[in-house]
Amino acid sequence: MVVSAVDIEARSIAKTYGETPVFADVSFRLARGEAVALVGANGAGKSTLLRCLMGLIPVSDGQVNLLGVVANTAKGRALRTLRARVGLVSQKHNLVPRLSVLSNVVHGLLGKEPGIRHWNHALAPKASRDAAMSALEKVGLADYAMRRADRLSGGQSQRVAIARAIVSAPEVLFADEPCASLDPSAGEDVMDLFFRLVKDEGVTVIFTSHNVDHALRYGDRILGLAGGALKLDATAASLNPTDLRELYG
Amino acid sequence: MADISPTRFERPTGLAFLGYASGIIIIFWCLAGAGFSVDKVLSSPPRFADFASRAFPPNLDPQVLSRLGTKMVETLQIAVAGAAIGVILSLPVALLAARGLIAGPWINHITRTALSFVRAVPDIAWALVFVVAVGLGPFAGMLAIVVDTIGFCGRFFADDMEGAEKGPAEALTATGARKIDVVVCATIPAATPAFISTSLYALEKAVRSSTILGLVGAGGIGIELKVGFDLFDYPTAMTVILMIAVVVIGIEQVSGWARTRIIGEER
Ligand SMILES: Nc1ncnc2c1ncn2[C@@H]1O[C@H](COP(=O)(O)OP(=O)(O)OP(=O)(O)O)[C@@H](O)[C@H]1O
Ligand SMILES: [Mg+2]
Repeated sequence: MVVSAVDIEARSIAKTYGETPVFADVSFRLARGEAVALVGANGAGKSTLLRCLMGLIPVSDGQVNLLGVVANTAKGRALRTLRARVGLVSQKHNLVPRLSVLSNVVHGLLGKEPGIRHWNHALAPKASRDAAMSALEKVGLADYAMRRADRLSGGQSQRVAIARAIVSAPEVLFADEPCASLDPSAGEDVMDLFFRLVKDEGVTVIFTSHNVDHALRYGDRILGLAGGALKLDATAASLNPTDLRELYG
Repeated sequence: MADISPTRFERPTGLAFLGYASGIIIIFWCLAGAGFSVDKVLSSPPRFADFASRAFPPNLDPQVLSRLGTKMVETLQIAVAGAAIGVILSLPVALLAARGLIAGPWINHITRTALSFVRAVPDIAWALVFVVAVGLGPFAGMLAIVVDTIGFCGRFFADDMEGAEKGPAEALTATGARKIDVVVCATIPAATPAFISTSLYALEKAVRSSTILGLVGAGGIGIELKVGFDLFDYPTAMTVILMIAVVVIGIEQVSGWARTRIIGEER
């Protein structure tokens, strides 16, 4: 295997909520530009693992290296700087409903450029507005820039959320069931768009999905969580749908 | 078939019985303290009828009406100015009072305790304090309304922000935004409908308060009520009471209309 830069490294990390263990001794490394699908049954701990990797919640044990920074101990400014280098797309679009689409995308730059000028598109510097418009163009919604975010369909909202996640040119993207709240056809569109964008830019992606086909189609590699441990770590090419379904027991 | 349903009534336990009994005793003790008198209840209808017959018809003399009207406008000015300034000042206070937003638990606790104190002091007492501080007149009344509004909105704005949907705030936190940016960009927009609703309610409350601040010389129509009763000019006093009722009900209607108009059906 070619030696390449490692963007994410989990070193035997564990997470417990109070007394309840979610997973333990999970280790893996993700190379730059890799797309990894994280699969597992409901409650297996996929969302929890993603949040630990991003430093959104603390791990109970072990160490997370994200882009060369120890994410699980980073605090304050260092943590914000690290978060500004990654992007997150969740199952829910989580747009601010009463603001315009453009303002929502401009918010994606707050990590790199904090302060009042990125509170609203009207205050934003030209470079930021241009970046936001070009992100909206990439998701095909430039015409909707001034629409209020709560006047969009679910699929459009999710595309705006993707624009918000990519506007700051993140090095790593996390996606937690990005199409779970969409109908099958809108879901396909969103997945196609998302992976076209990340492949173009050479971004490292880790995404969760309950859709076995999506995992195999969009993932270069599959990680499977079951019974509180990493039960599967293999290339997508070496697996077939039946192997994955077994993981769901 | 065996009867397995529970008995219809359960005999209270000794402790529960003691609780009921002491509750009843406390109520009787309070009635005594409040000077409750059957005699006075029985003799009051004729006296009330006497008052009513002297108060009706209300004084509708154009000159009196125009004087009262002017006072009513002043009352509304006190209420609107006081509520507006109070609502604006409540925002920063609420940011300090809201848990898990920008201030730590100690600041939350101190701010919330201070707000409880402000609410515990009645509006009329604040008016008395401000009459001493800035002299008789509507300005004292307006300051009383400002403080009263901060006590109310500071607390409820904070609750509104704590209860606002967390998703957008979390999404912005994940981009590395600072707390203050997250609050301005996600939490406050999410809480805006609740803010509007709370502010309109504060306005209704301010109008109700402002009508009686005149009793202690803090401006507004309240003074006319006092003078009317002091001079046994019951028809004029009755006019004042009716005007207050009409204005307060009117404000409630307007604010209800504004609420649905601004916030819309969804919240
Ligand atoms: N904040 C929390 N506090 C306590 N327990 C939690 C919390 N969040 C998640 N859990 C528990 O941790 C376990 C893993 O949850 P998680 O959301 O990571 O699963 P998931 O694999 O993402 O499931 P799904 O496929 O349904 O999204 C579950 O048992 C859940 O109940
Ligand atoms: Mg999940």
